[in-house]
Amino acid sequence: MVDLLVRGAHVVDPRAGIDAPHDVLIREGEICEVGAPGSLEAPPGAEVVDGAGRHLFPAFVDPHVHLRVPGQEHKEDLGTGTRAAAAGGYCTVVAMPNTNPVVDSAPGLRSLRDAAARDARVPVGFMPAITRGLAGQELTEMAELREQGALGFTDDGRPVVSAGMLRKALQYQRLCGGVIALHEEDPSLSGAGVMHEGAISALLGLTGIPSVSESTLVARDCALAGYEEARVHMQHLSAQESVLAVATAKAQGVQVSCEASPHHLLLTHEAVRTLDTSMKMNPPLRTEEDRQALIDGLRDGTIDCIATDHAPHARDEKEVPFEQAPMGTTGLETAFAAVYSGLVEPGVLPLGLVVEKLTSGGGLFGLPVPRIIRGKPANVVLVDLTADWEVGAEGYASRSENCCFGGRTLRGRVLLTVAAGSVAYRERAFALSLA
Amino acid sequence: MSHLLSIEDLDRAAIERICDRAASFSEVAEREIKKVPALRGRTVLNLFYEASTRTRSSFELAAKRLSADVVNFAASGSSVEKGESLKDTILTLGAHKPDAIVIRTPWAGSAELVSRWTPAAIINAGDGKREHPTQALLDVHTLRSMRGSLDGLSIWIVGDVLHSRVARSNILAFQKMGARVTVCGPPTLIPRGIEALGCAVRFTLDELPEADVIYALRMQHERTDQAWVPSLREYAAVYQVNGRRLRSHQVLMHPGPVNRGVELSGEVVDSPQAVITAQVEAGVVVRMAVLYEVLAGHRAPGASPGDDAGAAPPPASSPAAGVAR
Repeated sequence: MVDLLVRGAHVVDPRAGIDAPHDVLIREGEICEVGAPGSLEAPPGAEVVDGAGRHLFPAFVDPHVHLRVPGQEHKEDLGTGTRAAAAGGYCTVVAMPNTNPVVDSAPGLRSLRDAAARDARVPVGFMPAITRGLAGQELTEMAELREQGALGFTDDGRPVVSAGMLRKALQYQRLCGGVIALHEEDPSLSGAGVMHEGAISALLGLTGIPSVSESTLVARDCALAGYEEARVHMQHLSAQESVLAVATAKAQGVQVSCEASPHHLLLTHEAVRTLDTSMKMNPPLRTEEDRQALIDGLRDGTIDCIATDHAPHARDEKEVPFEQAPMGTTGLETAFAAVYSGLVEPGVLPLGLVVEKLTSGGGLFGLPVPRIIRGKPANVVLVDLTADWEVGAEGYASRSENCCFGGRTLRGRVLLTVAAGSVAYRERAFALSLA
Repeated sequence: MSHLLSIEDLDRAAIERICDRAASFSEVAEREIKKVPALRGRTVLNLFYEASTRTRSSFELAAKRLSADVVNFAASGSSVEKGESLKDTILTLGAHKPDAIVIRTPWAGSAELVSRWTPAAIINAGDGKREHPTQALLDVHTLRSMRGSLDGLSIWIVGDVLHSRVARSNILAFQKMGARVTVCGPPTLIPRGIEALGCAVRFTLDELPEADVIYALRMQHERTDQAWVPSLREYAAVYQVNGRRLRSHQVLMHPGPVNRGVELSGEVVDSPQAVITAQVEAGVVVRMAVLYEVLAGHRAPGASPGDDAGAAPPPASSPAAGVAR
């Protein structure tokens, strides 16, 4: 547990109503004092960090990452994945169950939580599968999984194709609780598609994934959730029709939340023109209209949080023709800088809103939301909003390098991340300057 | 030009230059000894990940007429299943020191990808459903030979556009050469967004009489993983180019192999308006021109191509062939 005084950083915590320079004192891993700049003294032995000209936020929470454990440790593991998270300013991440084997049993979940307690640099929450083996046929033992700490359930990577099957899971939620998070895609429409269906897919001769493959299932499952009075979460929305479907359901009182990823907020299918396999993800990058609808959804509250869908793949898996490459981009290390550079700096979204959307994801699944308030556990991130850096130029903390922002120069550098009261990350040059 | 990856990369002048050179090579086919030493000592590797007889043998013949050594490497589906990646295959075959690799794969963009992994010149002989640039060049050459120019021609491409790399390359090439292109086929086989390539879209043959050239595509039985049309019978009833629909002023083209009785009726295949065999003939000379272009053509103009001074046929009409890729 760390004793740390951050002097004079501009603190932005929308939930706490703070947007001004402050001193923040952390003692034994808790926020001990928030005071006017220059008002706090460092206790003996505490580290002092000069925050002048820098920003301090509540650390981010990512409700949607793939840490690849068990079974795909060549892509990522609990250590490298959470190192990437800390480097991106995250204090907590929630891991998806589409591993090998699938996380669908209580013993599997227990061993994974034990491993995370040992290997992870920031706390990790787990979402086991809705159906055994993600096969969409039988429910997992949801009640026992909840007792073992399941935050909720998801078949992420795949939809629950059968409405009847999903309905059973929603009914069963009355017994055991746990948000049911849904990857929405009708496979009879998405088929063998590899990118958004539109002008670019027509030009490239690639099989398209139409927007309606997502939005029809979003609408269907909002209807099911409304009927069963269940609590659902729509993962990685990509299409404007999906945003509209969620907004409509919310207006009708359906308990639905949803997320958008930095890549869908910042890139479009134009980025696929060069057939860069880092631009291949599911759901795919869509049109400028879709992108704008996602931004509007963040602004008007339809979209509850930003989630990276961090999906690492080994270099040789991605260094193949586009159609053969697996879906996914990494995102933990670039999420804040990408959204800051692409949306905050140009004035599209206010900084406070972005901080809120980057921190709120865990709350949807019952995790505490980081706040810079006296007495709360210290989960903070110190950022230099003037620093430019080239993504990947110094490598990645993640084991994989399939980042859709690779090679771009972004503004906004994470300098220090404190997660659950401990320092989880120090940017190298920043750490040296302290020494 | 150091590679031929896509029609997208070529401008009109480059297409004309290749066609002019092809025309100058036509004379070679008329000789008793159908061979010139232009690429003697060069190695051309045919790397085909999909079944192909026509395109592969056309490239083979083209390379041999230029005196290159040819190695055919058929990477069947099973060699992919054995686990060797495309990159590993290219690095392995690089040990043979090919000067050019002619590659066909079922994956879009693979020719360009391969060009990053080898110093050899890459010629795209079909990358998935994306492009088949030498087919488009030979089709342009065929039409130029007949009409002198494509300017102002109305060309209808009819059939399964969705699965057709020939369609995509030809839409681009015909338009670059000044033609107007209309694609026509069942709505299930016209890709959404295809208008973005600049072509018009029709779902019936009602306006077909306005076409100067009809380019029929093959109904690809091998891609019948889904029922794209209710039946071939119904397809033929609505989209077959037959004696009733083909007007006397119209030229009929097809990339082969033809399904008689499906996209074309037997009578039109055998009619004098069909130039299908001329297309095949053009295939060899155009591929000679492409091989020459990527292996010898980018040398300084005036210098003798290859070490065989005076032996190669530098086409008189050809300007300096120094377009950077």
